[in-house]
Amino acid sequence: MDSSSSSSAAGLGSVDPQLQHFIEVETQKQRFQQLVHQMTELCWEKCMDKPGPKLDSRAEACFVNCVERFIDTSQFILNRLEQTQKSKPVFSESLSD
Amino acid sequence: MEGGFGSDFGGSGGGGKLDPGLIMEQVKVQIAVANAQELLQRMTDKCFRKCIGKPGGSLDNSEQKCIAMCMDRYMDAWNTVSRAYNSRLQRERANM
Repeated sequence: MDSSSSSSAAGLGSVDPQLQHFIEVETQKQRFQQLVHQMTELCWEKCMDKPGPKLDSRAEACFVNCVERFIDTSQFILNRLEQTQKSKPVFSESLSD
Repeated sequence: MEGGFGSDFGGSGGGGKLDPGLIMEQVKVQIAVANAQELLQRMTDKCFRKCIGKPGGSLDNSEQKCIAMCMDRYMDAWNTVSRAYNSRLQRERANM
């Protein structure tokens, strides 16, 4: 998806390549940060009871698992949607009705 | 703060040529501000929920202590999540 956005940016003609590279890198970094914000909030609900004087090892392990399972969930959903689309494309069916 | 983008760009681009270095600097600052705001907003929300049971006449001592602790733990959590996500990305990249 980055290649399409960069090629459309290049279509404008006079985009500084250094600037374009900078924007691509920063966009990537920002996506990462945004997901960290989102997962921290989500996992905080699952893993935190009462905030103590330090993050105990049990909570820390919970946060790590929470991140791993969140990404697994996202990938599972993506895969399953792809599979179900192949066997019986619900989206196009409902569109053609 | 709204409209800052347009006005900043307009100011430096009077001659039609933008200084890429200047743009990069401004973008970096704006990203940092946006991230700080995002963190502040989520942290306030989470720590309010954890520490303020019934809002009283003032933010009492124990509530302040709770909020301070909550802020530190939220930062710990943020860093833990960031590290976990990063190592997951590294692993997936290595498996490609």
